[in-house]
Amino acid sequence: MKSEVIIIGGGLMGLSTAVHLGLRGVKATVLEKDSPGRHASGVNAGGLRQLNRHMDEIPLTIAAAEIWKNIRSLVDRDCDVEFNGQLRVAETQEELNTLQKRVGALQAKGYSHERIIDKDTLYRLVPQLIAGCVGALYNPDDGSARPFHATSAFRYKASALGAKIHSKVEVQSIDKITGGWQLNTNQGTYTAVNIVNCAGAWANKIACAFDESVPLTPKAPMLMVTERLPPFLKPVVGAVGHKLSFKQMQNGTVIIGGAHLAHLDMQQQKTEINFAKLKTSAQTVSTFFPHMANVRIVRAWAGIEAFMPDNIPVISASSKADGVFHAFGFSAHGFQLSPIVGRIISQLILDGQTELPIKPFDIRRFQSG
Amino acid sequence: MAHHQLVIIGGGPAGLAAATTAANAGVECLLIDEQASPGGQVYRAITDIPPQRAKLLGPDYQYGRMLVEDFNASKAIHQPSTTVWSLDAQREIGILHNNQAALLRADRVIIATGAMERPVPFAGWTLPGVMTAGAGQILLKSAGIVPNNGVVVAGSGPLLLLLAWQYMHAGVTINAIVDLSPKRNFWTALPHLPRALLAYHYLIKGLKYQLELKKAGVPFYSGVADLCALGKESIEAVEFTHNGGRKRIETPLLMSHFGVIPDSHLSRSTGCHHYWSPSQLCWRATIDPWSNSSIEGIAVIGDSAGIGGAVAARHAGRLAGLESAHLLGCIGSKERDEKAHQDRRWLAEDLHVRPFLEALFRPAPNLLAEPENDTLICRCEEITAGTIRQAIEDGHRDPNQIKFLTRCGMGPCQGRQCDNAISQLVAHELGNDIEKNEGYRIRPPIRPLTIEQLADLHEAGEAK
Repeated sequence: MKSEVIIIGGGLMGLSTAVHLGLRGVKATVLEKDSPGRHASGVNAGGLRQLNRHMDEIPLTIAAAEIWKNIRSLVDRDCDVEFNGQLRVAETQEELNTLQKRVGALQAKGYSHERIIDKDTLYRLVPQLIAGCVGALYNPDDGSARPFHATSAFRYKASALGAKIHSKVEVQSIDKITGGWQLNTNQGTYTAVNIVNCAGAWANKIACAFDESVPLTPKAPMLMVTERLPPFLKPVVGAVGHKLSFKQMQNGTVIIGGAHLAHLDMQQQKTEINFAKLKTSAQTVSTFFPHMANVRIVRAWAGIEAFMPDNIPVISASSKADGVFHAFGFSAHGFQLSPIVGRIISQLILDGQTELPIKPFDIRRFQSG
Repeated sequence: MAHHQLVIIGGGPAGLAAATTAANAGVECLLIDEQASPGGQVYRAITDIPPQRAKLLGPDYQYGRMLVEDFNASKAIHQPSTTVWSLDAQREIGILHNNQAALLRADRVIIATGAMERPVPFAGWTLPGVMTAGAGQILLKSAGIVPNNGVVVAGSGPLLLLLAWQYMHAGVTINAIVDLSPKRNFWTALPHLPRALLAYHYLIKGLKYQLELKKAGVPFYSGVADLCALGKESIEAVEFTHNGGRKRIETPLLMSHFGVIPDSHLSRSTGCHHYWSPSQLCWRATIDPWSNSSIEGIAVIGDSAGIGGAVAARHAGRLAGLESAHLLGCIGSKERDEKAHQDRRWLAEDLHVRPFLEALFRPAPNLLAEPENDTLICRCEEITAGTIRQAIEDGHRDPNQIKFLTRCGMGPCQGRQCDNAISQLVAHELGNDIEKNEGYRIRPPIRPLTIEQLADLHEAGEAK
């Protein structure tokens, strides 16, 4: 089968790229080795967070937030988005000073999306928070979406625009042919002019096919969800001094993350919960929200995600191969960026450039010499 | 972390026999059980039941007493009133006892979690006043509680008759027995009858219950379809199709039962390989003749690996106990094989009746695969069959994708109630094999665990 563009990986980045290409009349083919959204895209915490990101990501996160604000106009569905803000709690004056410094640095660059809130505002927003916290970093426009709903929405939209999405097709090797590439899969061969590598935790295998291996580490951050509780919390809560992501969903369940890692077997693609470490998450929750003590944990799980050593992604054209592009390594904070990353890649393919500053995400940063 | 040579999970006949056998062969072993006293569901409360109620429950039940006595006489350690909420492939076990969560590790683990009733969604199955026959039996065994305003028992399977028979002897008014086994089951079961006659005592027992119930004038409807429970606040009546017409029977209580299936939640969350059994209509762990699972050091025995009943479970338990003793270096392979000889023979004999029973009491295929669109499949999250069909229509091609999209199976029961139904519904809609679609991936904790209990998780001592 011949296609202009083949996207490897049916996660959010791949599907978003397919949507943006579709909007410009290019019908991409998406090859997914499992099922769309099976890994990190479908099982993450769904945070729409601009707050506290790496400086280099800020132009992208702001552009992505603009799209999320009206996500329906892009994918025809609302992905269950909610904009109730995200905040990062400071327990001490020292922590608050650090946050204050960050806001200063942001303002110097002309960004105003993050701000400091005082104690009173904090407790008005999070009444159940343990007493004694001093303030927080806050962005009222942040929020959350339901990750699998978002993945499905992008998938429906990509299909509606003519993209072909194939599940259970695993790329095994890639050969250069005249005018493009041949992809050999477990389901026969495909050819394309352009290839987009959105293979997440498996992306280095694809990068290696173009002789540009990257120091990518697959990891499996753990999450847990509680039984349903009466509404008590609107914003998503993090903390300066603790690994915490704490959010009450519309249905009343509470999703708790903290970036503690599960045991991961990449051979079998299997994760196992490390309860000795998940214990730390439970302790953090008990510290910040004592009223959660007797709440039942319904489920714990972990998704397999790609981490880069500098914790920022690779978004770039290949340094070695013509017509090849990469978007992977989002290091557990790619969900919010997905709508803009798809647009950037579609621009790189069709226009050879993008208006957004993506130099920091170039794949060449890992190449010596 | 506390460490044991052998940990057995479940104190029913399989677990008790395995623990007793292994301990007597010199294995250091711990038996963890949810209940306060040994016996499992089948011999529930066996050690402290009043003689009169024991008589009512019949001689099979009293046999359990012997199993418990042998277990008590062995050196196996009994840890009652303890739930297991996690087991991983490295044999790290998460337990909860007296509000204290802890992690243990074992060289070998035997899963003996037994059976659970087959959940079957039908119209009105979530109304108050509709309960399972198994729940009815638990009330009878542990508290001597029986319904006092009459009951309809409906479904299929040996337990249905047994419960009706026990109720009759306890003086309960049985408004009707409604048998939903399809009439053609008799003919598909017939070829298995000669072999089943080798275990004739089971058949005689079944016939005895049926005869006595009929003699007592209990209304008996067989070959019934389209069962539904009707009522506003709670059940007021049942309705069903019988002999081509609709029949309505007023009742304040409906006990339904569609046979039992392995309680495979633990072995599945651990990642043991499972296959779909078309005869038992459920997921079964793939095991070898010693009940070893696909994961090194983990065995799945008795009803938790496939329904065989209490006697077969006992034999399988002894075999697994011997295998553990052998693999842990307490006995040689020759001794293991010699001691296993009798149990292996008895096990095979006891299982003769199974193909017949499975064919006779097989639930109607459409009951599980073709529920009406407005029937609730997931009662925790209130997801209907129609919602699931829509998700399939939209391109979500296996139970896990449907779970992610609709939240079906994400509630507090962790999918126990809808797992079986969704596997069959999806395969039916897609017209493919159940096994191809993979069942729910079961996530721990598989038993209740609170934030505080996890925060206080005890990792006693240090990892060995």
